[in-house]
Amino acid sequence: MSKKLIKAIADMKEEEALRLVKEMVQSGAEPMAIMEAAREAMDIVGKRYEEGTYYLPELILAGEMLGRITEIIKPELTKMPEVKRRGKVVIGTVKGDIHDIGKNIVAFMLDANGFEVLDLGVDVPPQKFVQAIQEAQPQVVGLSGFLTLAFDTMKETVEAIKAAGLRDKVKIMIGGGQVNESIKEYTGADAYGRDAVAGVSLAKQWVGVK
Amino acid sequence: MDKQLSAAEKQEALWQGKLSPKDPAGNPLQFQSPQAEQAYKERILRFKDAIQMEKLPDRVPVTVFPSMFPWLSAGMTVQEAMYDYGKCAEVFKKFVLDYEPDVHWGAYAPGPGRFFEILDYKLYSWPGHGVAPEFSYQCNEGEYMMADEYDALIQDPSGYFINVYLPRVFGALGGFQMLPFFPGILEMYGLALSFIPFGLPPVQATFQALFEAGAEALKWVGPIGGADGELAVSGFPNILGGFTKAPFDVIGDTLRGTKGIMLDIYRQPDKLIKAMEALTPLMIKMGVGSARQTGNPLIFVPLHKGADGFLSDEQFKKFYWPTLKEVILGLIEGGCVPLPALEGFWNTRLKVVQDIPRGKTLWMVDQSDMAEVKKTLGKKACLLGNVPSSLLNLGTPQEVRDYVKKIIDVAGKDGGLIVCNGAFFDQARPENVKAMVDAAKEYGVYK
Repeated sequence: MSKKLIKAIADMKEEEALRLVKEMVQSGAEPMAIMEAAREAMDIVGKRYEEGTYYLPELILAGEMLGRITEIIKPELTKMPEVKRRGKVVIGTVKGDIHDIGKNIVAFMLDANGFEVLDLGVDVPPQKFVQAIQEAQPQVVGLSGFLTLAFDTMKETVEAIKAAGLRDKVKIMIGGGQVNESIKEYTGADAYGRDAVAGVSLAKQWVGVK
Repeated sequence: MDKQLSAAEKQEALWQGKLSPKDPAGNPLQFQSPQAEQAYKERILRFKDAIQMEKLPDRVPVTVFPSMFPWLSAGMTVQEAMYDYGKCAEVFKKFVLDYEPDVHWGAYAPGPGRFFEILDYKLYSWPGHGVAPEFSYQCNEGEYMMADEYDALIQDPSGYFINVYLPRVFGALGGFQMLPFFPGILEMYGLALSFIPFGLPPVQATFQALFEAGAEALKWVGPIGGADGELAVSGFPNILGGFTKAPFDVIGDTLRGTKGIMLDIYRQPDKLIKAMEALTPLMIKMGVGSARQTGNPLIFVPLHKGADGFLSDEQFKKFYWPTLKEVILGLIEGGCVPLPALEGFWNTRLKVVQDIPRGKTLWMVDQSDMAEVKKTLGKKACLLGNVPSSLLNLGTPQEVRDYVKKIIDVAGKDGGLIVCNGAFFDQARPENVKAMVDAAKEYGVYK
């Protein structure tokens, strides 16, 4: 049953996946085992995205399926399964910019790759990043921005992190819209990523995952 | 325009109209000097020749197609540009006269701030309304059309917009929900019943807001449209005839939103396709109508969710391209020159989108590989753009000149190129923008 569920989710068969989950719940399956299967399916989805066979429709539908499955088994769950995390990432769209699609995709992919992701949302002031870094102590910080105004607020954010004495504690990656290597230089970030796959591989590299 | 005219004749009529501009009273426009008149005509013909790819223009044309740069670089905030219409127009005129691009695109980008307030516009945040004064307005992505509303949209797109969609994105248009079904207004018997809504306070309040909004729009368009006229007198034509959108983006940007449309690809693909097909003739009508109204053939088509990374190639071919192609062909048929903007990267889509008639379109290229674009789409269509925002922002004038020279070498040797920024930008170093224009004039001469 678990195998079937993994395949249904990974192959984007939403109705079938939900039907299987309900059947599994009725036949007394461990809710934790269902969550495990869903997690495993998310790994496959993430890999297919990285390989270029899956795109946004699949990532978004996978996220929806995970949400709906969690809803179904929530009453049965006594505790959420412990997932071994590879590292922690604080992510957000910088001050002045309210675009979030790209940032959400990166956050989703980081999560699917085993990172704990603290998403601060959009229009995030530098001090809020600083505070989140102090509290959550991530290894990686992701700054997103779509508009040209973000070049300056990314720079401000990196400077605020530096001024708070936290620059050596985190690696900073930037991305979105018109961001490229020269913007990376300008902002003082450690790297830029053109897409979510690049963001994940940077984060993995920085926390030492092969 | 006569229905009997061919597509090419309709387009030619628009160009000819553009080349013989009129003043607001309908008389031939009085240029400030014979030189200005000559420059005005040369600039239009330079664009036209580059687009049509039949003969080489005298040099590679150049333009600047900015977002808020003209106002920010003049020391204004976006908020001031949105609320002080006179100053907005003045600053824009100075921008064109200082930078001297071949053509300009008008001072319409900031829009009238007060007008958006009157209508309580919710789709965007703007300075003073969710965005700081110095930043540009930005779209609030959301699900403004629900998943179960496709049938309503498909059956009657205009009715859906009036009764359902517009009241959701404009707080002041709530009364539209109560408007009658207009195709039901047929016979004398029972006719008055259809008009009862107009007697009700919520509908009357909505119409009151519309009167105010209309008056504000008029107040704004005076100086903003006036800037077009004054710049024409000085020899600088506005080339923009209006805009329309790819049906996939109509639904994906502001109706269902990104998340909604991506889910619909799996959950209700047939309805999504039917809805795009229903929107296609309306998007053509929007572009053709606006070209005729403005007398400008170029219809801008910003392309968003077909870019690399959003959809697979198969999904692109099934969901994005067919109705966009229909829109492009329909605009051409109506005498327009479609100007689709390949925002972001489109490297994987080039082989698909090159399936269009030659010399009838102009494509704005953002960050796609210019050499690849030239080898594919560039064989069929003139290309505009590709000077990166990052370079205009952080580079030196020399680096900008080198970049312009490079794209002329790569994509402009045999015509079919217009130098321009690749994406709409707010911030940039003025000397870099100037260098872009000057470099095209210097390196772009065809011998």
